[in-house]
Amino acid sequence: MKKFSVKTIVAIGIGAALFFVLGRFVAIPSPIPNTYISIQYGLLAFISAIYGPIAGCLAGLIGHALIDATYGSIWWSWVISSAFFGAAMGFITSKMKLDEGEFGKKEILFFNIGQAVSHLVAWIVVAPVLDILIYSEPVNKVFAQGAVGAISNLVTTAIVGTLLCIAYSAAKPKKGSLSEEA
Amino acid sequence: MTNLFNYIEKPSPIHNLSGATKFICLLLWSFAAMSTYDTRLLIALPIISIFLFKISRIKLKDVSFILTFILVFLLLNTIMIYIFSPHHGTEVYGTCTVILGSGKYSLTKEQLFYHLNYTLKYISTIPIVLLFVTTTNPSEFAASLNKIGVKYSIAYSVALALRYIPDVQREYHEISLAQQARGIEMSKKASLVNRLKGASAILIPLILSSMDKIEIVSNAMELRGFGKNKKRTWYMGRKFRSIDYICIVLCLLLLVVSIVLTKVNGSRFYNPFV
Repeated sequence: MKKFSVKTIVAIGIGAALFFVLGRFVAIPSPIPNTYISIQYGLLAFISAIYGPIAGCLAGLIGHALIDATYGSIWWSWVISSAFFGAAMGFITSKMKLDEGEFGKKEILFFNIGQAVSHLVAWIVVAPVLDILIYSEPVNKVFAQGAVGAISNLVTTAIVGTLLCIAYSAAKPKKGSLSEEA
Repeated sequence: MTNLFNYIEKPSPIHNLSGATKFICLLLWSFAAMSTYDTRLLIALPIISIFLFKISRIKLKDVSFILTFILVFLLLNTIMIYIFSPHHGTEVYGTCTVILGSGKYSLTKEQLFYHLNYTLKYISTIPIVLLFVTTTNPSEFAASLNKIGVKYSIAYSVALALRYIPDVQREYHEISLAQQARGIEMSKKASLVNRLKGASAILIPLILSSMDKIEIVSNAMELRGFGKNKKRTWYMGRKFRSIDYICIVLCLLLLVVSIVLTKVNGSRFYNPFV
């Protein structure tokens, strides 16, 4: 079995802590009364893009399970979907080189198509199917819930995730940005 | 912002169980509750858990805030089910006994029974999760994860997450105040896009500083040779005693009962209508 690097372990821990704090405390009121917009998936996509699929998967799993535990009931179907989203984003973005400051128009487009697909699969396929298998809830209810979740997460990831990646890559020196003086 | 993992230190037999035992019991219990829709078992589980709460000496007022929150959430969820699928009960139980009204939203006995079961299903897991959260020391929890076979690197990630949640919370609060002093509006007065932008203005400093933190912590751990050996010891670990084994066996029995009931009933549902 492949050993994780120490950095991955720390990234999982601190990523999960960030996911938890954003998901639990940072509630942005939305136009619909009593519903809040969750921005933690923007962060999760960013963590996956930098530290890879294992870090994204476990940070989502631990972070989401901890959020649910403080609410008193761990909703496993959605926890697993969060982990799935983290892992999928990690695989999709594995070719990207955020660490080398590369995040231009092409990467923004790629990142957003990737996150949109991952969100759609996670919340319209994985979460409802698990809801039906585990909790045997009505089919149309879980798919409606999933669709609402997918759209709101997709929009917030597009804004927050993209901004984070731009800010992070701008702070990194580009590869080959130094040139030897003649 | 208060500490959410409100571990409440009290002398009680439940506090004295090892964290690993409580975690295994939590998993077994929630699998048992998850797999069944048998009303008899779903009534028994909350009764047992109230009894466990008594033993643990955790008072109702310690958890009342979260409890109200969950109950409201549960209520909304059952209403959602009714709106989306008012005849789900009929689909599940196969019969249709109308007691009120007619047409699409007529109220059937089966639907009411389904809602009762659905609610019971949550009520049977909620107390046990709350009990786990209030009686398990977070540091010991990470140690116990390793004990039940989770790789210690992952157990350590959980420990790090629990350790850094208060730090991240405090940092978020500080940055948020600083940005609000510079004129960022996060309340309902601002438009939705502006609110999201405002959130990003807090997020970016928070996350960039967390990235530095990841760097520092992982360097420190590497310097101390983390991950060099196959095993590690835990400061907060606890030894298993006979009572731990007894608890695990009892919870295992619950799961067995749940599976046996599924076999006896022929499905996950206990059907009084046939």
